[in-house]
Amino acid sequence: MSTLRGVVNFLRAAARTVAHGNRLYWAWLALLLVFMTSGVAAYAEQMSSGLILTGMRDQVSWGFYIGNFTFLVGVAAAAVVLVVPAYVYDWGPIREIVIFGELLAISALVMCSMFVLIDIGRPDRVWHLIPGIGHLNFPRSILAWDVLVLNCYFAVNFIVVTHILYRAYTGRHYVKRFVVPLVLLSIPMAVGIHTVTAFLYNGLAARPYWNSSILAPQFLASAFCSGPAILLIVLQLLRRLTRFEIQDQAIWKIAELMAYAMFLNLFLHGAEVFKEYYSNTQHLLFTRYWWEGLNGHDRLVPYAWTALGLNLSAFVLFIWPAARRNAVLLNVGCIATYAGCYIEKGMGLIIPGFTPDTLGEIYEYVPTSTELRVAAGVFATGFLVFTFLLKIAVPITLGELASETRRERAPV
Amino acid sequence: MENRTKTPAAVSRRQFASCTAAAAAGFLMTACGPQRLYEVPRARLRTVIDEMEREYSAKYGKHVTVGDTPPMEGVLFAQALDISRCVGCRRCVYACVAENNQSRDPQIHWIRVLSMDKERGVDFTDADAYYNPETVPEEGRFYVPVACQHCRNAPCTKVCPTGATWIEPDGIVVIDYDWCIGCRCCMAACPYGARHFNWGEPSVPVEEINTSTHYLGNRPRKKGVVEKCTFCIQRVRNGRYPACVEACPVGARKFGNLLDPESEIRYIIEHKRVLILKEELNTMPKFFYFYGT
Repeated sequence: MSTLRGVVNFLRAAARTVAHGNRLYWAWLALLLVFMTSGVAAYAEQMSSGLILTGMRDQVSWGFYIGNFTFLVGVAAAAVVLVVPAYVYDWGPIREIVIFGELLAISALVMCSMFVLIDIGRPDRVWHLIPGIGHLNFPRSILAWDVLVLNCYFAVNFIVVTHILYRAYTGRHYVKRFVVPLVLLSIPMAVGIHTVTAFLYNGLAARPYWNSSILAPQFLASAFCSGPAILLIVLQLLRRLTRFEIQDQAIWKIAELMAYAMFLNLFLHGAEVFKEYYSNTQHLLFTRYWWEGLNGHDRLVPYAWTALGLNLSAFVLFIWPAARRNAVLLNVGCIATYAGCYIEKGMGLIIPGFTPDTLGEIYEYVPTSTELRVAAGVFATGFLVFTFLLKIAVPITLGELASETRRERAPV
Repeated sequence: MENRTKTPAAVSRRQFASCTAAAAAGFLMTACGPQRLYEVPRARLRTVIDEMEREYSAKYGKHVTVGDTPPMEGVLFAQALDISRCVGCRRCVYACVAENNQSRDPQIHWIRVLSMDKERGVDFTDADAYYNPETVPEEGRFYVPVACQHCRNAPCTKVCPTGATWIEPDGIVVIDYDWCIGCRCCMAACPYGARHFNWGEPSVPVEEINTSTHYLGNRPRKKGVVEKCTFCIQRVRNGRYPACVEACPVGARKFGNLLDPESEIRYIIEHKRVLILKEELNTMPKFFYFYGT
């Protein structure tokens, strides 16, 4: 009973924290709310008219939504970049910020499930996936695997984070025997969620662009660039807006890790491009559609080269110690990484996979305003979740937010 | 009697709660539980189908029958198409649309006829599905109609997360339109572009609706689900030819039982030059293309 009271107390305190903030905080929430409202309105139209309001058709049957989903699975997986050095190598400076990686993972997973939900034709039938009342085609369907691993990964991160925060709130240290195994488990799981998501595409022999064994490693490499890129910006914001102290050393270390990941990403891409162009089979069409366009269909070409340029410049900025230690260049590098990986994994992965389609038709997919509005709404929701989680986690970690009993105990 | 009412109930609060929970779970399991047509027992199938008939009849204002003819023992359906005969008239496409209640607007065609260059042979990179000359066949072109290949090793059924699509014992790949969640994994997995999604609310004019349907075939579909060729399951399970086979003016389409050594389809496979599409993908289609002359 006292635990229950403690939890209720904790939730109440959390709600109170979320409901208080300065003008900047409320302006940010208002902005998110605007995007969420427009997203809900667009989704309502999509619900009543159908997915015909999107740019997707039979030829290109997945588009912007699934591209975002794939990208965000990578972001969720990337929390592991922080977890590995923190727990395995016990590297101090990163250790204290691991929790923010996990919060980012939780928010990214919320967005992932929303992107899947808005993409499917019959969201009212999602329960068909639940074993027992529905039927999950496991282990044959890779999407079934994805549903399972994403949910498990969400659960593990959620449990670890709430446990650590709740214990900190009540003035106790987290239970090591409980947390460390779960954190260690979350490392292979992070690799797992992204691998399974890659396999979702990789396993489709009908789409030669995806049916390449380099896909899963390349997914991981690009995830380990884009996830930390977001985190680095968040950490700098936290440092500026709260009393939270994050050492430069930790930030530089993450930037350095990103440089290695980006090298791997570029290398794997290069290997794939070489294979396609040099062997010059019919499968080259998809790669050509991305890099140079086919028969005048070249809407994606500027995106392809922009993404490459961004990724290359991010690599240079992060591998060069003086550049990553420069506050401005560091942020330029982060934004370049984020944008580069986002284009490459959203547009660059999904759309060329479908263009030309299996019977050789070229349908040039372009997301419609409905898709853009709905997607913006999903991102706004994810940012809202992340903002709330940070709003609660930061003061608890700083010891500013604690239960009554703890405060009484504190002076002793 | 009075005595009994006075004795306090021997049921504890916990027992009551667990019984209620069990009853609720049981209700849920039966009410929304095994609705998947794949596993609905034969005895219950009729009630499910009656419900469908009522729904469609009310919607279209005329009596729509939903058949449930089961597969026959010893039958494995297959189709063969004579590439040297096909003239590319697309009559099969429209016969299929009419027979199978495909949406007119937005337009859905289960069959796509590809025009190809005779010099290049069967090459999808050069295929044109939108050819529109005054008359067919065109000089130097030949035609390859493509619909569901009813693969024995079907990638689409493998990837479906809810098991809403499967291969029937007579080899027909079917979809449960009431179980499909519209994730479109099967469309990404199909190497033949055979699967079509209802991007908008499908519409078929009342006067054009085919009222003779099958629960795994041409019954009306809804927005947000996938559909495809079923070899006209409503016809072939009742001993008729598929609509495309009947409609073909040059007799290019042959249909029959692969397991019957005397069938025309077996004769073609054994005596003609036969090809299957994208053989390297190991999908093992039951749709064969051949050169009759």
